[in-house]
Amino acid sequence: MLSRTADHLFWMARYTERAENTARLLDVNVQTAMLPQSAESAEHGWRAMLSICELQPHFDDKFDVLTAKDVIDFMVRDPNNPSSIVSCLRAARENARAVRGTLTTEVWETHNATWLEVQDRLRGSRLEYDPSQFFEWVKYRSHLSRGVTIGTMLIDEALNFIRLGTFLERADNTARLLDVKFHSVEPTSQSRFQSQSQSQSQSQSQAEGDADSDAQVDFYYWAAMLRSVSGFEAYRKVYRNVITPARVADFLILRGDMPRSLLACMEEVIANLHKVGNEVSTDTERFAGKLHAELRFHRVDDILREGLHDYLTKFLERIFELGNRISKDFLVPLTA
Amino acid sequence: MPKFFDEMYAESASGKVRGHYREFEAWLAEQAPETIAHKRAEADLIFRRVGITFAVYGNDAGTERLIPFDIIPRVITAAEWHKLEAGLAQRVRTLNMFIHDIYHEQRIIEAGVIPPEQIFKNAQYRPEMQGISVASDIYAHIAGVDIVRAGVGEFYVLEDNLRVPSGVSYMLENRKMMMRLFPELFARYRVAPVAHYPDMLLDNLRSVAPAAVTDPTVVVMTPGMYNSAYFEHAFLAQQMGVELVEGQDLFVEDNAVYMRTTRGPKRVDVIYRRIDDDFLDPLAFRPDSSLGVPGLLSAYRAGMVTLTNAIGTGVADDKSIYPFVPDMIKFYLSEEPILNNVPTYQCRKKEDLAYTLANLPALVVKEVHGAGGYGMLVGPASTKAEIEDFRQRLTAKPEGYIAQPTLALSACPTYVDAGIAPRHIDLRPFVLSGKRISMVPGGLTRVALKEGSLVVNSSQGGGTKDTWILEK
Repeated sequence: MLSRTADHLFWMARYTERAENTARLLDVNVQTAMLPQSAESAEHGWRAMLSICELQPHFDDKFDVLTAKDVIDFMVRDPNNPSSIVSCLRAARENARAVRGTLTTEVWETHNATWLEVQDRLRGSRLEYDPSQFFEWVKYRSHLSRGVTIGTMLIDEALNFIRLGTFLERADNTARLLDVKFHSVEPTSQSRFQSQSQSQSQSQSQAEGDADSDAQVDFYYWAAMLRSVSGFEAYRKVYRNVITPARVADFLILRGDMPRSLLACMEEVIANLHKVGNEVSTDTERFAGKLHAELRFHRVDDILREGLHDYLTKFLERIFELGNRISKDFLVPLTA
Repeated sequence: MPKFFDEMYAESASGKVRGHYREFEAWLAEQAPETIAHKRAEADLIFRRVGITFAVYGNDAGTERLIPFDIIPRVITAAEWHKLEAGLAQRVRTLNMFIHDIYHEQRIIEAGVIPPEQIFKNAQYRPEMQGISVASDIYAHIAGVDIVRAGVGEFYVLEDNLRVPSGVSYMLENRKMMMRLFPELFARYRVAPVAHYPDMLLDNLRSVAPAAVTDPTVVVMTPGMYNSAYFEHAFLAQQMGVELVEGQDLFVEDNAVYMRTTRGPKRVDVIYRRIDDDFLDPLAFRPDSSLGVPGLLSAYRAGMVTLTNAIGTGVADDKSIYPFVPDMIKFYLSEEPILNNVPTYQCRKKEDLAYTLANLPALVVKEVHGAGGYGMLVGPASTKAEIEDFRQRLTAKPEGYIAQPTLALSACPTYVDAGIAPRHIDLRPFVLSGKRISMVPGGLTRVALKEGSLVVNSSQGGGTKDTWILEK
């Protein structure tokens, strides 16, 4: 397969996945913004989201004050924000268009129809009235494109590069989603969060008692996050226990059966990488294999002792590095 | 405007339906207007969703538009097609012989049939091709010959497109659309199928691979997704199951052409290029072009790769060469031309220029190197100012123009805002040449949607119709 073709397929999948996860991320904020809280902490929530997407400076250039409406607009329909949902869907469609001959008609039409429809949906003020409905739509379009891809494409290299893009992006996005809490908590409660996690094994009951009302807010926060990754019911099923940050971290990082967890994403990445492996890709496979092995054999206590934020920051750096290596070995190198 | 031949009602005054349209007319009369309106909207929706669009140059650079599709088919009888087919094969065979001759012995110049300056001063003549042998001596592997009907229904060749003719994807998609919208019509009519065109094309491309290659790798080469015909490039590559490459995907090493793949370099044997000569190789032609492949011409001249169409075919489809085609047919085949040329005044000749200048309001004037309906004058449809403007251009550079009588192009009933009305049409069949000549029955029918307009080009607001060749 042409390197350029593989490159377009890879990015088509990444942008589709990114649009979906941005919708998930925004939805979790819209949901938590409805909890009783101070205006200040609501603003914190939105800032945290911009910060983990590395978009805070870009947003501040454009707006003097932060309002939920502006953040949503900026993240959904701003064509000058390369990470906005509309930009992602456009990029996915442009990449698909560049290789439409490699895609099945159904896959191409799905991307094309999504792009045509998103422009329609963003006309007028429907988004403002019911943002959740829009986010739901974005999610379903992403489900559809994935389903159509798996259901109609030949099981060959093209599919492997699409899957690589999907899961590399999803690993990145899940890590960011999990990290948003770190960015949003104020210094005092942050240390509480840290200590609560660290002391969990020894004096869990005491820590929980100390921060009763905070724990309640926390519950809603983590519940919303679980819902945003479609993991609320799954969490109940897996743990049959109350929601704690440590378990949520375990669930989204280390559980191989949770389809959006870092481990599950890396399993797909190494499987697809292995199938497309060529003469120069051995080091890249080794790099991915190490990352995968660590996830497989890590325990959540170790991660929390190291500090969740530090852990996730390192993970994001390595995912970025892995993406670059894949580009260099198979695709069109980013620097070319 | 002179009276025109109506494809459906041969004599528009009497309103008598031509035999092969009778069944269609009966069917149309049975349809409720809402059904038709609904189907037309459906066609639009499907074309948009499928992304069958073309990019427009000029004002709305970068935007994609649909080519309007009209649901009333253009129907051609078996007998009419039979003649067209024979005429097209004769013409394209001759043109390939002509190009070969020009780049080798130049017998036709020696015989005095064509003045040498017509060839050697032509910007489309490529000295790089002199003496180069190409597979099967074929240059124009894919030809799109524009046919019009005038007077009482006789066919004329308006133009031979031998460089990178486009439109075949619309021919295929239009048929698919008609079968989807109106399956019952295909039960009433026995319409010759066209869907095997991509197979035929692939077969043809493989047959002209360099002689040493047994299992050739074929690719389609596009200037990229912002080219106006990108949809067609992608469509043909997909239909043939071959790679769609851009210049940046190819490189030349030791005169062999390779494409960059995820598993390393892969040898390429046949390039169906949808990119003009000038952009093929920055080392040989335009150095500022980034669309091509450095070294490609050298590999080509060494016979290591086949380009379809060959370099330098423009010397045979230029409007200044067009008037000589009937003589070429006689010269190379010793046959009478089956299809007519439109009478053409070559403004480089004194007497022709004088006639043209004296009759501008009645003539169509075209630039010798123009294409796409740009830079032409349709006398009867032009204002005095436009005519005067052209008069000055003609006087300044007579050799840059030809003139033809304004043909009363045939018309076909077409849906317009006010209902159904006759609109002028043409026909572009696609002729494939390799080890033999082949074509699918039919072609692309283009229709000028503006009342009275004779310009059918999609870049000028033209639409398309499905073209039916009836089986006996």
